[in-house]
Amino acid sequence: MTAPTIDEAPAVSEPQTASGRRERVGRDGRTQIYRHTVWVRVGHWLNVLALTLLLFSGLQIFNAHPHLYWGQYGANAAAGPDHAWLSIDATRDKAGKDHGTVRMGQLTIRTTGVFGVSKRADGSTSYRAFPRWMTVPGYTDLSQGRHFHFFFAWIFVLNGLVFWAYGFLSRHFQRDIAPTAPDLRGIGRSIVDHVKLKHPTGEAATRYNVLQKLAYIAVIFVFLPGMVLTGLTMSPGFDAFFPWLLDLFGGRQSARSLHFICAGLTVGFIIVHLVEVMLAGPINEVRSIITGWYGIRPDHPVAPPPVEETPAVEARP
Amino acid sequence: MILLPKITRRRALIGSLGLTGLALAGCDKIAGSDSVSRVLSAGEAFTRTSQRLVLGKNAPLAREYKASDISPNFKANGTVQPETDVYKQAQGDNFATWRLGVFGLVTKPLSLSLAELQRLPARTQITRHDCVEGWSAIGGWTGVPLGLLLQAAGMQPSARYAVFHCADLYDGDPYYESIDLIDAFHPQTLLAYAMNGSPLSVAHGAPLRLRLERQLGYKQAKYVMGVELVDSFARLGKGKGGYWEDNGYEWYAGI
Repeated sequence: MTAPTIDEAPAVSEPQTASGRRERVGRDGRTQIYRHTVWVRVGHWLNVLALTLLLFSGLQIFNAHPHLYWGQYGANAAAGPDHAWLSIDATRDKAGKDHGTVRMGQLTIRTTGVFGVSKRADGSTSYRAFPRWMTVPGYTDLSQGRHFHFFFAWIFVLNGLVFWAYGFLSRHFQRDIAPTAPDLRGIGRSIVDHVKLKHPTGEAATRYNVLQKLAYIAVIFVFLPGMVLTGLTMSPGFDAFFPWLLDLFGGRQSARSLHFICAGLTVGFIIVHLVEVMLAGPINEVRSIITGWYGIRPDHPVAPPPVEETPAVEARP
Repeated sequence: MILLPKITRRRALIGSLGLTGLALAGCDKIAGSDSVSRVLSAGEAFTRTSQRLVLGKNAPLAREYKASDISPNFKANGTVQPETDVYKQAQGDNFATWRLGVFGLVTKPLSLSLAELQRLPARTQITRHDCVEGWSAIGGWTGVPLGLLLQAAGMQPSARYAVFHCADLYDGDPYYESIDLIDAFHPQTLLAYAMNGSPLSVAHGAPLRLRLERQLGYKQAKYVMGVELVDSFARLGKGKGGYWEDNGYEWYAGI
């Protein structure tokens, strides 16, 4: 069997089916459906670009004060009554050795080499919360990190608004993302399928499964908008205009903490998303988000089973 | 027919790792380049324009807090003890001979002692101070609304910005800041001489500091010696309108 190639030209034909869905048959003989419209594809890749730079420039900004608090204020993580719930520190022990630590409440984890204390490319020691390979720019520069962050924040927000408008107006959200009642009833089945790494075939593969739908809903309607709103709550200018944001999140420092948590949840989603792409067939998946065409694995082997098999099965007691 | 190379999973993985390495090596050069900075500055312009759109005319106030919300330990940042002669001398006599100058594009330059400032109508407000680094502290401030002083000095029609000249050097350069007239006349924009009911401490900018509640901490100049009205801040410092602005930070610090 040869590895499939990324091809855009329809191999055989592109008929319009009764359901209105565009279908074609790929070179490998499999049916392909036109899964992702150009709006979804362009939006997805703009999001990849914007979120990547937002994440890494966000870690640069975090490094300027690597402590998180709850409430309206918070400034003195080490000495003071403010009590950071999370701190990334560099500490020197009595022997003069440096340790990087992540502290959450009473729990302190040694993270030397990655968080708190890490090595630069030339081997020298760098004292910063997130190491250079996790930040944009790599060197410490809060102002440039902010320039990156707010530039790509605009791209992210505008792209997100277009995607939301498209999703509702084209009924993509209502049709493809909203779970149906049978979806929700089948959630147990779907969890088992995911644990067994079993991926849908045939007609079922033309739709998103229920866990996939719930994950997309979480990202599109909770994590990402939550990131934007908590980000805006950190703006003293925007707060003057929308002070209710401060009440919604319980204060500016709570918003900063939630901003970081939303980013973490989004990273979690991205990891699961990429693992699923690898498991479900990376070439088919990546082709579909570039060209729109998504190959469906048939319910049966491509060659139909011999006719005689059917009565043989039925004959069994 | 175009023959595309077969992309195996392994090859795709190796390829992407190689690209990541290359990207990392090239990244910092690109990230710090002037042309990238020029493109990124569009983000600041967009932010400034959109915030001005919603914050300009109706001038909504920054949130004011209750006395019980005040931070028990208001962090002092930047300069905490100016070392210039002019400041040391003023500090020596507890600011008795210190005077604030209001000059530039005004019709009647002013020179006011601390006692004279304290006799002017005052405003007290408990607000949140947000540092560009990410931390926040809540404090109570009492001072003269800047708009009142500017009206007293009389503005020339060409005046566009208020510049704050400070007594401290930061990293060897004079600290200064500038704001536009929308912010200068905002009711919460004060030249504050008291914090939490006590005279301003040296660490927090004695005898006089700017409070600009809808922008970040670095705009809120401490140790203010003079307010100058200008039509452009291009000839000051490196021309970006403030000490931190000259070092890469945004002039409009509303986010």
